[in-house]
Amino acid sequence: MEWITLSIDGRTVTVPKGTTVLEACRMNNIPIPTLCHDPELSNYGSCRMCIVEIEGMRNLPPSCVTQATQGMVVRTQTSKVRNARTTILELLVANHPLDCMTCQKMGDCALAEYAYEYRVTGEVFKGQRRELPLDDSNPFILRDPNKCILCGKCVRACEEIQGRSVLDFSFRGFNAQVGPAFNLPYSESECVFCGSCVSVCPVGALTEKKMVGQGRPWEVEKVQTTCPFCGTGCNFDLNVKDGKVIGVTSNPEAPVNGKALCVKGRFGMDLIHNSERLTTPLIKKDGEFVEATWDEAMDLVAQKLGEVKQEHGADAIAVLSSARCTNEENFLMQKLARAVIGTNNIDHCART
Amino acid sequence: MKTLLDPCCDRCTHTPETPCRDYVRCLTEGPICHDDPACKAEKQRLLKEIKPNEENQQIFVCTGTGCASCGAHNIVDSLNEEINHQGLANTVNVVPTGCHGFCEQGPTLIIEPRQILYTLVKPDDVAEIVQKEFVEGERVERLLYVDPLTNQPATTFANANFFAKQTRVVLNNCGFINPEKIEDYIARDGYKGLTNALQKMTPVEVIDEVKKSGLRGRGGAGFPTGLKWSFCRQAIGDKKYIICNADEGDPGAFMDRGVLEGDPHAVIEGMLIGAYAIGADEGYVYCRAEYPLAIKHLEIAIRQAEEVGLLGDNILNSGFNFHLFIRAGAGAFVCGEETALIASIEGKRGMPKVRPPFPAQSGLWGKPTNNNNVETWANVPHILRNGADRYAQFGTEKSKGTKIFALTGKVNNTGLAEVPMGMTLRDIIFDIGGGIQNGKKFKAVQIGGPSGGCLPDEMLDLQVDYDTLTKAGAMVGSGGLVVMDETTCMVDIARFFLNFSQSESCGKCTPCREGTKRMWEILDKITKGEGREEDLDTLEQLARVVKETSLCGLGQNAPNPVLSALKYFRHEFEAHIRDKNCPAHVCSALLTYRIDPDKCKKCGLCAKSCPAGCITGDKKTPYEIDATACIKCGTCAKVCKFGAVLRE
Ligand SMILES: Cc1cc2nc3c(=O)[nH]c(=O)nc-3n(C[C@H](O)[C@H](O)[C@H](O)COP(=O)(O)O)c2cc1C
Ligand code: SF4
Ligand code: SF4
Ligand code: SF4
Ligand code: FES
Repeated sequence: MEWITLSIDGRTVTVPKGTTVLEACRMNNIPIPTLCHDPELSNYGSCRMCIVEIEGMRNLPPSCVTQATQGMVVRTQTSKVRNARTTILELLVANHPLDCMTCQKMGDCALAEYAYEYRVTGEVFKGQRRELPLDDSNPFILRDPNKCILCGKCVRACEEIQGRSVLDFSFRGFNAQVGPAFNLPYSESECVFCGSCVSVCPVGALTEKKMVGQGRPWEVEKVQTTCPFCGTGCNFDLNVKDGKVIGVTSNPEAPVNGKALCVKGRFGMDLIHNSERLTTPLIKKDGEFVEATWDEAMDLVAQKLGEVKQEHGADAIAVLSSARCTNEENFLMQKLARAVIGTNNIDHCART
Repeated sequence: MKTLLDPCCDRCTHTPETPCRDYVRCLTEGPICHDDPACKAEKQRLLKEIKPNEENQQIFVCTGTGCASCGAHNIVDSLNEEINHQGLANTVNVVPTGCHGFCEQGPTLIIEPRQILYTLVKPDDVAEIVQKEFVEGERVERLLYVDPLTNQPATTFANANFFAKQTRVVLNNCGFINPEKIEDYIARDGYKGLTNALQKMTPVEVIDEVKKSGLRGRGGAGFPTGLKWSFCRQAIGDKKYIICNADEGDPGAFMDRGVLEGDPHAVIEGMLIGAYAIGADEGYVYCRAEYPLAIKHLEIAIRQAEEVGLLGDNILNSGFNFHLFIRAGAGAFVCGEETALIASIEGKRGMPKVRPPFPAQSGLWGKPTNNNNVETWANVPHILRNGADRYAQFGTEKSKGTKIFALTGKVNNTGLAEVPMGMTLRDIIFDIGGGIQNGKKFKAVQIGGPSGGCLPDEMLDLQVDYDTLTKAGAMVGSGGLVVMDETTCMVDIARFFLNFSQSESCGKCTPCREGTKRMWEILDKITKGEGREEDLDTLEQLARVVKETSLCGLGQNAPNPVLSALKYFRHEFEAHIRDKNCPAHVCSALLTYRIDPDKCKKCGLCAKSCPAGCITGDKKTPYEIDATACIKCGTCAKVCKFGAVLRE
């Protein structure tokens, strides 16, 4: 690998060739604010929060899309840079509802975090604000376009992670918006409710609807787990408050899936606390299902299968396995079919 | 009837499928492959039919968009009718052409070879023109153009200051050929530059020649064209594209429209040469849909070039292939930015992208792509036809050649003017432009449209070239020159341009989307008399952040009109804020209307017309405006026949 050396805030750092200035800073624990950058998404360079000063370059280049080069001299905290960042934040906050107290994103909002750091009030550029209707059209995603900072992350997530391209920019200038084509509500768009857009939104413009009012980020314990719905093995964080799962959020470190999830994994976890949920096996006795232990249930199944095999032969039995099982479980299932029951009638719902 | 394009005899084998390398030269100097005096004579006769001379006089009627909207097509029809009626059809020809550039005086027509220019022509004038010019051999004096500077009628168009001070290289054909006929272009040495390139030069030699000419991009930034081509030529890729940027979205700019309407083959030839030099075999012209005539002429030109084998495969038997397509844009200013333009051609929303990667590496559909402006492409044939040295004789050391400017605003001769780089603003505005309308005083000129800046009186002797103007806080830009007189309010103008940039911002990056809005709001407040002292600092600081942090040229240049106005006309801003006074009497909130009792003839017309009913008076007492009820609509001032209503 080729290495290059550059100076950042007077420190000499060495990074692999092809690294952006932002990455070089982050590798060396030099903080740079970003709103539109996400390592999982393509580089966009639109929020302009990550600007720095680089000797020999005109204007203030955005570090997220500027390649580090040999001998480059970068300054990340000059007053010029900080003033420009403050102005950009003032501009964003001037067009942002300040209902943070009731906003689901409070405590996990990038805009609020930087506004705090840069002492931004939203008072400098008071003027017209957007007043757009909420999109409350579906059970999963709540969209508040007034909070959108148009970072375009959701647009890229939908296109690059989910491959749906449901979202894009529309209108121009101050009226620019992000959302589904023709400004349709999510429910009428081609959205599959994977929630990738929600997972990348830095502000409260896209939130998990079912989590609204259920807990603040600092009250929630994040428990990493593997999704039980299918064999892919996606990881995510169960958001647990007071021993109760209130929702699911992406875990960017998830080795298989990153931030991507499907509608079931992200929004299907409310079944955990559903009162209708089965918690023990049921055996029908006198026409009624009655609760049983696992031992009882297993014995009954083994006995019945044994009877069928004896009366009609092993090939009268067929075993159908599930894509929701892991590979190992499916392997065991075919062992059971072939070696224990003695039939090749084993199939799987995701075979084709 | 035989045309220049038809084969002279059976010995000519040229077709698009079996192309002859000497085709272009053959049409004007040929035949080349055989020696036959009859064929040669025939070709010379057909050429003579195209070029004006005493036996074949031609009336070039401007039917560009400007003159067409003033009824130029009726004039063409009437002329044809009258000429037939008088039995002159054998010696006089009516040629509908592209723009003569003299839009203020349209419809215009030029009679060749005598170079007579008639202006503001109406269909009713046609009979007299034909009678006088072609029967009696005289002039229609009243339709001659009278120079506002000398008060003398111009005996030929070349005598009119407007034309005399120009150097028409790119516009050489505009207004003097029928843009719907490829043979007209070829008769005036068209496609000879291409022939030179294909026959005598390697692609690298072509690039070197363009580098040597000093040609810089006419789309705004002035990037050296030859250098740009070399980047794309060197880029690795099996497929390369070239693009012609004909989006032309600056308010007040229409030179690209003029070129496309009046001389579309020059752009096609330029692109052919560029494609050969770069190694591209496919090209796109991205033209705004609001230019239907330009698109129509370009479509016709492409079809004709294909029909004679100047576009397509194995052009002039050189093995070089090039196919050209048109894409109509929906008229977003930002789609003129090249990465947004590329996205738009690909069918995506036109939004700029960060660079690198530059289009030369990864452009249209991810392939190496070279984009140039219409005027840039139209310069190329001249360089390859006459050589870089001849081209470079015009202009300054670092800005070579000529530039077309669109003169608009309060100048006498609005229109298109092509001048050598380095001419002073004063020469352009006062000599070519004929000075300020109605004898008013010059105040400022906005150069470069919404991306440029305004320059005051003191800067009139500035040379117009890329570097000088940028240093002064303006820019050559696409070449729009909006002239303003003493009745223009500079705060109001800054607000106007900012409104344009704001509503055309693509919305991608924060400083441009949100910042231009807040700048506009501050300016709006100032024009309404609600500005505060500290607003100017806020405005200036915000302008600098928007300039330094925006993603593309739109945002980076949007503050220029404000910053330049603050630099040169700060006192006007201060007058609005401190004295609640608009010195130019434009900002209605800061105006008061008052009736001068000495001038008032007590007719009462103002009181009758006032929608607010706030004017009182009678036959004995002069009329008076109740300032508290006045809504400042200005109706009274318009209706008063005695100039008694004062705007203060
Ligand atoms: C907002 C914006 C609008 C632009 N509009 C045009 C345009 O209408 N025509 C044009 O040729 N270039 C336009 N440009 C410049 C192009 O991006 C590009 O630089 C130019 O077409 C390159 O051609 P040239 O090298 O021949 O000048 C625009 C740039 C910006 C930032
Ligand atoms: S939920 Fe998934 S499919 Fe729907 S808009 Fe968001 S990213 Fe696209
Ligand atoms: S909804 Fe969220 S992710 Fe999408 S553009 Fe707006 S702020 Fe960015
Ligand atoms: S500067 Fe303006 S037009 Fe250019 S990318 Fe940013 S928002 Fe879009
Ligand atoms: S993080 Fe770099 S521009 Fe947004």
